[in-house]
Amino acid sequence: MGLLDQQFADDNIIITKVDDLLNWARLSSLWQVGFGLACCAIEMMATSASHYDFDRFGVIPRPSPRQSDVIIISGTVTLKMAIRIKRLYEQMPDPKYVISMGSCSNCGGPYWEHGYHVLKGVDRIIPVDVYVPGCPPRPEALLEGLMKLQEKIRHESLVKKSA
Amino acid sequence: MTDKEIFEILKEKFGEAIIEFVEAQAGENYIKINPLEIDKVCAFLFSDTNLHFDSLVNLSGVDDANGEKKTEEDGSFEYIGGTLSVFYHLESTDKRHKITLGTTVEKDQPDVVSVTDVWAHANWHEREAFDLLGINFLNHPDLRRILMPYDWDAGHPLRKDYKDPEYYQGMKVPY
Repeated sequence: MGLLDQQFADDNIIITKVDDLLNWARLSSLWQVGFGLACCAIEMMATSASHYDFDRFGVIPRPSPRQSDVIIISGTVTLKMAIRIKRLYEQMPDPKYVISMGSCSNCGGPYWEHGYHVLKGVDRIIPVDVYVPGCPPRPEALLEGLMKLQEKIRHESLVKKSA
Repeated sequence: MTDKEIFEILKEKFGEAIIEFVEAQAGENYIKINPLEIDKVCAFLFSDTNLHFDSLVNLSGVDDANGEKKTEEDGSFEYIGGTLSVFYHLESTDKRHKITLGTTVEKDQPDVVSVTDVWAHANWHEREAFDLLGINFLNHPDLRRILMPYDWDAGHPLRKDYKDPEYYQGMKVPY
């Protein structure tokens, strides 16, 4: 919490930069779209559950893309689903972020050659901020990915957009 | 009842429509049946009180990959001619016996008569075989794609000589 440490100049007054404040607010409450695709979604649910506790990073699954900040693409993206994913992404309000979870969503995974129905990487339809490798990634890996995304948001600026 | 006994019963009743009893090299023996008579044979297997095959366990399509293989310079290939097959795994839940039926059609005219009138759940199985292999089920009430998108126009993906389209709805398909 470097942002607030020893910056109380007076009662109830905090001196900080607008960028820092907004970034801190954004990265501390990344609400995710309640959306899973395949076996990676099971790991994502395990990450949300009490043992790994996604909630301590402010990540809460939301039932609507219109209330969400981040979408975790957790599983195999079929061509049929790709069209739906694009629509979900377009329905999310800015600023919005994408975590690509697992080999399938990164590059097609085991379906890269003979998967006639699989999109070889979700980055062919929507821009991805963080790629989490693994098949499926363990909850620790997804947490690492989330922290990488937080790190990315921490260095964003209102005047120049980083992504 | 053993599969051999069931074969004898069918052979006596349907004659020419029952083509042969195939002894399996590996796996299960099966009875080969004329694709245009399969519905009548199945209706009999279902309704006969001694046989009473009330459950279609599985219905699957196969590309036999037995045509003349023509290889292009870029390594892609296609089969000229050849056959497709459909296999029916039946079970009787009260008589406790099983049988496998098979039927083979030419790729140029892959017509098999639907068995949806006998077992209603054959509907989706046959749609899958149509979707992935292009087997045309005659008299099917709703023969459209079930797994691939409805607007998929690149063919039937489980055919051995299937080629990926370059794009689907603006998305690049090959790796």
